[in-house]
Amino acid sequence: MTTQLQHTQTGQTHSRQLGAAQAAWLVAEREITTKLRSKAFLISTGVLLLLVLGTVLFGGISSKMGGFGGETKVAVVAETADHVNSEAFEVVKVADRAAAEQAVLSEQVDAAVVPGGDTPVGLTVLAADSPPMSLVQALSASPQVELLKPTTENPMLAYFIAIAFGIVFMMSAITFGTTIAQSVVEEKQTRIVEILLATVSARTILAGKILGNSILALGQVIAIAALTSVGMLATGQDLLLGELGTALIWFAILFAFGFVLLASLYAALASLVSRQEDVASAVSPVMWLVMIPYIAIIMFNTNVKVLAIMSYVPFSAPVGMPMRLYLGTAEWWEPVVSLGILVVAIAIVWWLGARIYERSILRTGAKVKLKDALAAKE
Amino acid sequence: MIELNGITRSFGDRQVLDDVTFSVAGGRMTGFVGGNGAGKTTTMRIILGVLAQGSGTVTLDGQPITAGDRSRFGYMPEERGLYPKMKVAEQLVYLGKLHGLSAAAAKSEVDGLLERLGLAEREGDTLESLSLGNQQRAQIAAALVHRPIALVLDEPFSGLDPMAVDVVLSVLRDYAAQGVPVLFSSHQLDIVERLCDDVTVIGGGRILASGSRESLRAQHSGREFEIELTGAAADAGWVRDQAGISLTHLDGGYARFEAENDAAAQAVLARAVTGSADGTQVLRFGKLTPSLAQIFKEVVK
Repeated sequence: MTTQLQHTQTGQTHSRQLGAAQAAWLVAEREITTKLRSKAFLISTGVLLLLVLGTVLFGGISSKMGGFGGETKVAVVAETADHVNSEAFEVVKVADRAAAEQAVLSEQVDAAVVPGGDTPVGLTVLAADSPPMSLVQALSASPQVELLKPTTENPMLAYFIAIAFGIVFMMSAITFGTTIAQSVVEEKQTRIVEILLATVSARTILAGKILGNSILALGQVIAIAALTSVGMLATGQDLLLGELGTALIWFAILFAFGFVLLASLYAALASLVSRQEDVASAVSPVMWLVMIPYIAIIMFNTNVKVLAIMSYVPFSAPVGMPMRLYLGTAEWWEPVVSLGILVVAIAIVWWLGARIYERSILRTGAKVKLKDALAAKE
Repeated sequence: MIELNGITRSFGDRQVLDDVTFSVAGGRMTGFVGGNGAGKTTTMRIILGVLAQGSGTVTLDGQPITAGDRSRFGYMPEERGLYPKMKVAEQLVYLGKLHGLSAAAAKSEVDGLLERLGLAEREGDTLESLSLGNQQRAQIAAALVHRPIALVLDEPFSGLDPMAVDVVLSVLRDYAAQGVPVLFSSHQLDIVERLCDDVTVIGGGRILASGSRESLRAQHSGREFEIELTGAAADAGWVRDQAGISLTHLDGGYARFEAENDAAAQAVLARAVTGSADGTQVLRFGKLTPSLAQIFKEVVK
């Protein structure tokens, strides 16, 4: 062996104990670079972002076109021309009823309006097999409606926005929660954690893992929010974006903190098992915590009481509070209070999670019982 | 120098370490031997602070060992582990940085180590794509990447071919030569015998023997001697009739025997030298020193 080790030439050591923050950042950095290099992750993120952009663009374009298939074509004769609003329908003038019937049957128009009929309106709508409801409604005599508590929200739109918040929350939480769980078990299974523990503390490793995956998760959510905003602006939905703006910002903030909470749980539960095959069953309790807000927001997106509760429960706040902000049922200070509750919850869960992680990470073999991991004695 | 003093440790009701006391001197290689479940790994984990001891102290150069000291130790755990899907050089650099090296220092350290361990051309491969022997070399590199101030290696030679053993040996000797305390465990007693300066034997959670290789040999050498005669009619059969001697093995001119005392043994030699009228000569005579394997078997019993 002719090559000498470098340190025999310089004769000194450079190693030293890193500060906890520095070490945690190194761990976080590894989590992030490993994930960003994973082809599967990049592809699935790309597909997700494309889907989001596609949905927003589709929504924008179809709302401009006034629904599917464009405007309804209506044939009118001289007597009925004044009754059909030419802004709402594409009006085609024909000579008489025979010509109108011809136009409907030849599918040149969707319907025709001719004089006559037994109703007080004194008009008859001709259609091939089913009359366009919008036309019938426009020509019907309706009572006057006076809204005492008007809302600008379209209930369908609110429903879709609820689903969107729910899906983004659930997908990002599960994607990165699973990542952190697998990463914990990988280190436990390969025992590299023993080498890591010899130089940094278990809490530091755990903090680094949570930090790294939270940054990734938040990055993804911000990318989705940004893409949604850009897509809305590009398709002229600025009004909707204006209404959604605050909700989107709070969604990102509450998601960031909510994810830290979930990630602590994912990591702690994963540290109980020693094999990748057991990860799924170990983290299933926290999986429910992720799914329940999603299901609840779809079922109760118009129920003010349930939404109010959801917006304060730490696990569902990232979905519930933005929804209320969008609907305008939350005061400005409510998300701040909700964030405060979330932070307290993080402190408690972090304390418990770190305790479980510390006590389980070296116990390989059979699944460590939660009770044993939490027990006072090591 | 690392010193362990009165270390105990239990897992539940099972006591795995009982008053473990020994030291690992700087500049010397200390072999740590013991059967399966004797407590080697637990002891090493306690030195590294990966496990906490029930009672007792670990000191480095007379001072209680700190987390800061430990972060500068080099450790190779019994269960091998590195990131399977990470590139070899990359994860070594990561470990170096975790030990406080700058990125540049870690990189140059890793390059030097991989070169020396014969892994330089595999540095860009993922760990899982390496052969077991090469994974083992990477594991050793992981323990050395930050220029440790002490080395604790659990079975560093298992899974290595003889050439790799020599490479690793020479690297470890270099560390010891710089005054670094090196503690390693091994089941391969012949390697321990060849390599170590000091030996500590553990069994059932207790230290059964500890000291320099020579002093252990001297302590455990019994009263057994051997003599070999050469010549046309060499026959050592007469040894059995000597006073205070009991013959244990006889093969023509060769005899192994136990002597009640040194005088009785000397009498055998004197007779062999003087009583050889037929031209028989003494080829060798001496006290038998036990091999480490023999000492091990004896103390573990």
